[in-house]
Amino acid sequence: MNDVLDVALRLLLVFVLFLVLPLLVGQTEHKVMAHMQGRLGPMYAGGFHGWAQLVADGVKFAQKEDVVPSGADRRIFQLAPAVALLPYLLVLLVIPIGPSESAVGQQIDAGIFYVLAVMGVGVLGSLMAGWASANKFSLLGGLRTAAQLLAYELPMLLAAASVAMAAGTLSLPGILDAWQWWWLPWQLIGAFVFFTAGLAELQRPPFDAPIADSEIIFGAYTEYTGLRFALFLLAEYAGIVIVCGLTTVLFLGGWHGPWGADGLGWVWTLLKTAILAFVVIWLRVSYPRLREDQLQKLSWTVLIPLALAQIALTGIVKVAIQ
Amino acid sequence: MITTSTLTTLAATGPGFLSPTGVEIAFLLVGLVTLGAAVVTVTTKQLVHAALWLVVALGGLAVEYLLLTAEFIAWVQVLIYVGSVVVLLLFGLMLTKAPIGRSPDADSGNRPVALAVAVAAAAALVWVVVDAFRTTWIDLDGPVQGATKVTGEILFQHWVLPFEALSVLLLAALVGAIVLSRKNKAAAEAEALTTTAPKKPTTGPKKEQR
Repeated sequence: MNDVLDVALRLLLVFVLFLVLPLLVGQTEHKVMAHMQGRLGPMYAGGFHGWAQLVADGVKFAQKEDVVPSGADRRIFQLAPAVALLPYLLVLLVIPIGPSESAVGQQIDAGIFYVLAVMGVGVLGSLMAGWASANKFSLLGGLRTAAQLLAYELPMLLAAASVAMAAGTLSLPGILDAWQWWWLPWQLIGAFVFFTAGLAELQRPPFDAPIADSEIIFGAYTEYTGLRFALFLLAEYAGIVIVCGLTTVLFLGGWHGPWGADGLGWVWTLLKTAILAFVVIWLRVSYPRLREDQLQKLSWTVLIPLALAQIALTGIVKVAIQ
Repeated sequence: MITTSTLTTLAATGPGFLSPTGVEIAFLLVGLVTLGAAVVTVTTKQLVHAALWLVVALGGLAVEYLLLTAEFIAWVQVLIYVGSVVVLLLFGLMLTKAPIGRSPDADSGNRPVALAVAVAAAAALVWVVVDAFRTTWIDLDGPVQGATKVTGEILFQHWVLPFEALSVLLLAALVGAIVLSRKNKAAAEAEALTTTAPKKPTTGPKKEQR
């Protein structure tokens, strides 16, 4: 009985985190973008500093009618948001936020593989949405999503493989146990490749060609309204949390920090994740969108060679210190 | 063939299969779902639906691997087949022809031959697996057979030569794909003279690198 209670409690906690953290990122994005671009709108709702903007957004989404276009493939159209969102929930389950046994939802032996595999499934949601909408813009968005995923999954995998080689394990807590401060410069290229590829997998600016609103309206999500559209947005913000959390765990040392190693490890994890999330938002307001061919070129001619170089470097150092 | 007497002796040795455990029942149910999804994949008239049912079938297989303690293989299955091969398939469908609704002209008329091949392949596989693992039970004490560490050790100690041979084979396929996707110069120029359509940039093969 105690085991069942333990599992239920962990699942509940992960679920609550899954609901809270993306909203926090969303709220931060409102505020940061408002300050950086001088957007006055988000600063009014609710009085002080526009704190109620996110609430207002939520109410707006809930009020809107849920429309399915008459030419659309109804079931797949309705299923797509769930397919896009659920994988991120499953990934959040295995990200360790603290050093103790109880600070991770579920320990998995092949953690890195699990995380990358499940994250790849989420893209099926965008593809399903793009196809089932019966809209040319949506189909174009879906196509671009698929092309982007195929290009960027390889560098992401290679960068993650470099860390796994360095630590000699595929388990996420295992990697953090083996982590030393000098891994930071050692795995720097890998970190850059992983974070960039992760950003591209999320379709965040500057890699947002699949949902480029000025070219193809909103890509695969063009026909969506109301709560289903909100679910896609939630998936995007959950994705930011996941990618930043994974970069933290794999490359920035997770719960390790200059002080407060015991008891306060989770603060370090959350702090690093938050800083990376801020960088993601910052990039959105400061970088122009890459063109489709530039996207492909960046991945195949820059990121993959860099990732391979990182693996070679990891191998050499690993052999040298043994 | 297995007779009734051998069945009873099989049931007596080992944990037995006449009183199934929860895992065995789950294995059977997931197997049924996988089989159903696979059958729908090849019988549905809607092309994209077929690809999506394929996701269900491949995902079901991954769950079966998990139930057999082969965790590493299970995640590789999800990563490569669900996350990449199906995405490539959908990409191809969307690029060529993926109408919403039925496409009755997509049948090649090879149904009887395909059925015969499928039945023969399934029979051969079932026979080999049953014959090879008849009374083998997975030992759950200590690191299990399918764990990442054990898989790695077996792969790189006992099977390192076939592994390397396979990787050379894949490299050959990769180089071959690049050669095939590159038009030779004279033909490309001739085509450029006859057609004014802009040439597509040659994109390298993507799947072979995995």
